Amino acid sequence: MTEPILELRGVNKSFGPVHVLHDVDLVVRPGEVTALVGDNGAGKSTVVKSIAGIHQIDSGEVVFDGEPVHIPGPREAATLGIEVVYQDLALCDNLDIVQNMFLGRERGKGGFLDEADMERAARETLASLSVRTVKSVRTQVSSLSGGQRQTVAIAKAVLWNSKVVLLDEPTAALGVAQTRQVLDLVRRLADQGLGVVLISHNMNDVFEVADTIATLYLGRMVAQLPTRDLTNTQVVELITAGRSGDIGLAKPEVATV
Amino acid sequence: MTLNLRTPAVGPTIALVVAVVVFSVTTSTFLELDNLSLVVEQSLVVGTMALGQTLIILTAGIDLANAANTVLATLLMAKLVVGGAPSWLALLAGLAVAAFIGGVTGGLVTRVKLPPFIVTLGLLTILTAVSRIYTGQSVPVTDPLLSWLGTRRYLFGGIEVTYGMTVAVIMYVVLWYALTRTSWGKHVYAVGNEPEAARLSGINVRRTVLSVYLIAGLIYGIAAWQALGRVPNADPNAYQTGNLDSITAVVLGGTSLFGGRGSVLGTLVGALIVTVLRSGLTQAGIDDLYQNVATGVLVIAAVALDRFSRGRQR
Ligand SMILES: Nc1ncnc2c1ncn2[C@@H]1O[C@H](COP(=O)(O)OP(=O)(O)OP(=O)(O)O)[C@@H](O)[C@H]1O
Ligand SMILES: [Mg+2]
Repeated sequence: MTEPILELRGVNKSFGPVHVLHDVDLVVRPGEVTALVGDNGAGKSTVVKSIAGIHQIDSGEVVFDGEPVHIPGPREAATLGIEVVYQDLALCDNLDIVQNMFLGRERGKGGFLDEADMERAARETLASLSVRTVKSVRTQVSSLSGGQRQTVAIAKAVLWNSKVVLLDEPTAALGVAQTRQVLDLVRRLADQGLGVVLISHNMNDVFEVADTIATLYLGRMVAQLPTRDLTNTQVVELITAGRSGDIGLAKPEVATV
Repeated sequence: MTLNLRTPAVGPTIALVVAVVVFSVTTSTFLELDNLSLVVEQSLVVGTMALGQTLIILTAGIDLANAANTVLATLLMAKLVVGGAPSWLALLAGLAVAAFIGGVTGGLVTRVKLPPFIVTLGLLTILTAVSRIYTGQSVPVTDPLLSWLGTRRYLFGGIEVTYGMTVAVIMYVVLWYALTRTSWGKHVYAVGNEPEAARLSGINVRRTVLSVYLIAGLIYGIAAWQALGRVPNADPNAYQTGNLDSITAVVLGGTSLFGGRGSVLGTLVGALIVTVLRSGLTQAGIDDLYQNVATGVLVIAAVALDRFSRGRQR
């Protein structure tokens, strides 16, 4: 089995008095899709934002490529090769596709933009993802469909030769055909050797693309197991009760704190 | 579509051309070169203040205290020279204090997270009072450096152009370039539209907004220098409607009060529209008060247009 590219060990995170993550462990391997599932409010987005440097963890370790790392902000995460596609996409309506893909990391000398270079790179990235639905990379994001926006957000993440891509509910707002495209894209990223973390509430999607499934229950990681060892019913039980047979929390009471 | 980033200021420019044509036909004096150059000179100080205002409005803020800041800077420059300070020092002090006040505004907005409307409303009251405490009556300016922007002029295509006009045009071009061709500019637009997305993209939102207020403050200082060039007299009661006039210019220029959309070139056109309208209506013999009514109607129409075009984009 390949060495993990990213690992969380015993991560805790509170917002004021609210203890959101309890000793969370997570393993992400290159070339695999790791699904992160859990009920609303279980802490999935908080895990992602802690890895991305948006939130600072209270205790525990983030290990990247075998080294413990401290990630103070999104820039530092990006420098390591960690990219995030956020739940609400984090795109700016008033800017075009190229400007969004390079937002915060524009190319050019001394702050003066090299538009031609960025445009070329944006086009190449979209092409490498086999995206054909976007006509011009100079289209303003405000005029794109939900699926196109999702595609732009993903392209923004893979533009940077990243090693880990975290996607927070990338298919939540999409129709059947667009979901299909995004799932194919997710699979392709893993096949290219990236470590991919996919957050989703849709069990069909999860079972279709994920190699392992990690379940959060009330801020606790109750199980991370290979997809082939799990059934749909078991995962649903893990999500809703924190345990399923021998898997998960030993006693349900533990989690009712 | 008028507010598209790609096609800045198209709508406002058409409005300006229409206004010029109408007044050229209906009055005999409007199209004379002397009058046209006067119109341009008259838009100078408010046009410069509107430049700072545009930056702030692009970040979804607003500045009610810009004219008060400018007036205080004129008083400071004039009084320092009267008190015997070298004129270059007085000028620098005025620019520095204006920039400092911009920085304080930015600090209160970004650090204390107060709404810009409230911060600048408070500052408007404070700065206006401070100006009157500082000097009861206006201070005449005879210093050549302080009035340099208004007294020095050259001929450009038959029109007399002051240095002040030249400086204003240069500032507009530089800021247009900075906003459209540098990463700082993209960050300003991003922060004004979707601050959370900007933050998640690794942009330092606070620093970007603070830089905008600082630059705007410096621009208000330069507006003070412009003002002393136009009228060699620093008056604590001058430019009392400068804040609203500058907001009018920005809005007429097609910049959205909701932030993130607009351009400084639009503001330049907007400032000219206001002056053309006033000058044209005056020459058509229409009373001041009716001019105010016309300007007000235009502002509301411009904002309504912005609202509708945003509605269609969503
Ligand atoms: N910035 C914050 N400040 C305070 N509490 C927060 C913050 N962010 C998240 N929380 C809380 O942490 C808990 C976990 O939230 P999180 O967004 O991580 O859940 P999630 O698993 O992503 O849920 P969903 O499936 O609805 O997206 C929730 O109770 C939420 O209210
Ligand atoms: Mg979430």
